[in-house]
Amino acid sequence: AALKGGLRFQVSAALKEGHVTPTELCQRCLSLIKSTKFLNAYITVAEETALKQAEESEKRYRRGQPLGVLDGIPIAVKDNFNTAGIETTCASNMLKGYISPYNATVVQKLLDQGAVLLGKTNLDEFAMGSGSTDGVFGPVRNPWSYSRQYKEKSVPKSCSEDEESNWVITGGSSGGSAAAVSSFTCFAALGSDTGGSTRNPAAHCGVVGLKPTYGLISRHGLIPLVNSMDVPGILTRCVDDAAVVLGSLAGHDPKDSTTIQDNFKPFELPNLTDVSKLSIGIPKEYHAPGLSSEILALWSKAADLFKNAGAKVVEVSLPHTRYSIVCYHVLCTAEVASNMARFDGLEYGHRSDMNKSTESMYAATRREGFNEVVRGRILSGNYFLLKQNYENYFIKAQKVRRLIANDFMKVFGSGVDILLTPTTLSDALPYREFIKEDNRTRSAQDDILTQAANMAGLPAINVPTGLSERGLPVGLQFIGRSFQEKQLLTVAKWFEKQVKFPMIQLEVKRHYHGAFQHQKSAFFS
Amino acid sequence: AAARGCRGVWRRAWQRGAGGPAPAPRGQRAVACNARGGAVPAGKSGLAPWVPVVGLEIHAQISSNSKLFSGSQVQFAAAPNSLVSFFDASLPGTLPVLNRRCVEAAVMTGLALNCSINKRSLFDRKHYFYADLPAGYQITQQRVPIAVNGSLSYSLCIDNKMSQMVTKTVRIKQIQLEQDSGKSLHDDTRNQTLVDLNRAGVGLMEVVMEPDMCCGEEAAAAVRELQLILQTLGSSQAVMAEGQLRVDANVSVHHPGEHYGVRTEVKNINSLRFLAKAVDYEIQRQIEELENGGTILNETRAFDSKLGCTVPMRDKEGKQDYRFMPEPNLPPLILYDAKSLPANMNHQQVVNVDWIHERLPDLPSVKRAKLVERYGILPEHSFTLLNEDGLTEFFENVVKQTRMKPKKVIGWILNDLLSYLKQHSLIVKESPVTSFLLADLLNLLEKKEISSTAAKQVLAELWKGEGKTPFEIVKEKKLELIQDQKELEQICQAVIDGQENEVIMMVLG
Repeated sequence: AALKGGLRFQVSAALKEGHVTPTELCQRCLSLIKSTKFLNAYITVAEETALKQAEESEKRYRRGQPLGVLDGIPIAVKDNFNTAGIETTCASNMLKGYISPYNATVVQKLLDQGAVLLGKTNLDEFAMGSGSTDGVFGPVRNPWSYSRQYKEKSVPKSCSEDEESNWVITGGSSGGSAAAVSSFTCFAALGSDTGGSTRNPAAHCGVVGLKPTYGLISRHGLIPLVNSMDVPGILTRCVDDAAVVLGSLAGHDPKDSTTIQDNFKPFELPNLTDVSKLSIGIPKEYHAPGLSSEILALWSKAADLFKNAGAKVVEVSLPHTRYSIVCYHVLCTAEVASNMARFDGLEYGHRSDMNKSTESMYAATRREGFNEVVRGRILSGNYFLLKQNYENYFIKAQKVRRLIANDFMKVFGSGVDILLTPTTLSDALPYREFIKEDNRTRSAQDDILTQAANMAGLPAINVPTGLSERGLPVGLQFIGRSFQEKQLLTVAKWFEKQVKFPMIQLEVKRHYHGAFQHQKSAFFS
Repeated sequence: AAARGCRGVWRRAWQRGAGGPAPAPRGQRAVACNARGGAVPAGKSGLAPWVPVVGLEIHAQISSNSKLFSGSQVQFAAAPNSLVSFFDASLPGTLPVLNRRCVEAAVMTGLALNCSINKRSLFDRKHYFYADLPAGYQITQQRVPIAVNGSLSYSLCIDNKMSQMVTKTVRIKQIQLEQDSGKSLHDDTRNQTLVDLNRAGVGLMEVVMEPDMCCGEEAAAAVRELQLILQTLGSSQAVMAEGQLRVDANVSVHHPGEHYGVRTEVKNINSLRFLAKAVDYEIQRQIEELENGGTILNETRAFDSKLGCTVPMRDKEGKQDYRFMPEPNLPPLILYDAKSLPANMNHQQVVNVDWIHERLPDLPSVKRAKLVERYGILPEHSFTLLNEDGLTEFFENVVKQTRMKPKKVIGWILNDLLSYLKQHSLIVKESPVTSFLLADLLNLLEKKEISSTAAKQVLAELWKGEGKTPFEIVKEKKLELIQDQKELEQICQAVIDGQENEVIMMVLG
């Protein structure tokens, strides 16, 4: 039985055949969002507009003229994409209450294809973090914390207090989007990925997380973290779904000069039967300090899987990857310092009451509006950009970035098609463990396996692979050649089929929501 | 009086230094300086000559329907904040999209100023906090600008004599594309600042001139020539009063043979006359300061046009570090030429430097040469013709419609028309006498139907703009010369008849 609500073959077909109407689907998702509110996956739920969009979709289906596969499909969008008429906060005091007058290109494209926008998902403030714990609206809880799989293995059944304090993080910064997809409250979600912000929570929440090639999808309307690395990310429950969403978003946007000039042709993924012509590279540097033995074992198993199926599996080296953390730190903070300069309280967003002078108003506004993580990055970024430091830090970091990208070029030039790596060092940590370290340390550790792909602009995808000893999801990452998404996703799909990642068995306590088990209707399970 | 004296000294110094028909003034000056440096030890003495050095940074607003990176309209004096796109207001998530027209304007200007055009140029962010800079940074071209290493030839007259013109050259360091800022209005009584973002994001060309000038007059002449070039190209309307051309002057003085002195930057100059005044004042001020044992601070000064002097500007928190960084949202700006143009490229999407080069209009210097050659007028006359907007066309129209020689026509244009317009503060287009009417009048004169004195009388009538033709005025006022021999004899006879006694006396001697 098809268990995951894959939109390519499941819900879309159900809509088309009239087994379910877009309004019913939307209402079910909305009520699931309510019953899983404790996950804190959503910052804003756009109930009214969502129902209106669903109604419009329903009319189209009744006329027999749906706009396409996405028509009537409930989706969620990370709260750092602009949505006209719906609050866009970046989980920051700075933008609390900010309603953008325009839609991000990706949002517009989804709406144009009939998707139903349920709401905006939670994140680390301005996407700066790797836990989805550092937003002004509080941390996101990983739905797997409430799964039978996790509870059976980790939580003493008797002690409910322990259970409450044992919930694990989603990873980040697109944790809200990952949790939303993982808990069935939507069928696909947009995240953003600058150093791993889509793939990391996807791995922790057991969903597919795709970071496309830089320039393939428009960034217009995505509130930037690092312009030269940001890519809108796609979170879905299966690889096919990701391909559909990618097809609906990719291509040139006249509003984003860094997008590709050529038109993108959406594709369907073939079912790969023969992998013998494939060459899979295993970068030895990804055997990083801190990599858990379980993940290492899973990684080897995956490599064996390819080998046994006839693929060529080779160890490769990406010698400069180990510098990517430091390099990223400089480039990221420098761009953050620059990008955040516009939040001065004048045109929009928070403005302090301090009115002694324009300068004091700026200072107070920014102190009140940004959390410590954002302020810290602004400070170090400005330091790196100072005239006396620019050569030593920024320029050097750019050179290192080039070396990191060249490593990939060399490996792909040597005949390797796809790289296979772990996505995270370990499974998701309990929140109380996670916050023992500060944001900077965590980000540096957690991005270590994902960041280099952003440095090089390459497409990469997390595929849920198995469960850890604690019953939590673990994913592996495939990195492909620039603009070779089709090949990347085809291999990912083959792999997905082999590993048969188990479905989450949510067990949510009755007091959270009485109706939850009911709501998990035929379309979800 | 002391100031006058100083002025005399430095005037001589620069005249000698940069004199002659020199194409490379800086080199020449260096030679002069060396020679002088040997002869006159630089020192405390007020008699030691000073060499003033003037460089200019000119911001020309690009004449374009829309802004440099957004689709907002560009318009002078529109209602506040009525021309502001999401990008101009720096709404989060918005991205710059380069306006092709602005690139073409910069390429045109670069070519007209003999620059080499960089086929690949880059954009940078320049950071500072200011109320009318919504993004907190300006997008500019700090590292690799669109055009570099050019030159501008301009002429000026020696000792205010139109007949003694010399041509000089100033090197153009670079031309860079950048965004304009908005405008802040400070309301001190209500203690508030009002911000108008209409101008925010309008395309600017910053033209950086090397310090090859030595006085206000030279600076003004160079800027005037640049202004004419920009207007001829249509790359900027370059009206200083409307802020489309803004000039900052870098001024320093030193003794010959020594390093350049500490320079000051003079801002807030909004006319050519004030530019000349501001530069000369600043040179004088620096010389006096130094001769009185003082030092020159590397500071920004504003020109106060009412007081005719420069005053230090309130410094923005001491020295600024602009924290330049590459603009990550704009790929390198690639320009093509006939050779490099890819065959399959959409021509609407690329800028072809050769194509622009072939279509450059005649520049002012060429226009002047052509006028001199075609009409036999004096070179200085050609300057006057080009200096007034529309005057060349007026002149040429008159010439076309009359048999009078252009050499004579030019006198009427420059002495009569122009002085009348100046007296009444009119521009050529507003002249009550059209080129057609003037040609008509000059034809009457040329056909000897009226005298030159009568022609001036007719012209005086024509200025009234009552719609009469010169011929009608001549008839009405009976100003025509008498051509009929008999009529003339009759008039003479009538005169003689009335004065018989006098006639007899004369005949008798």
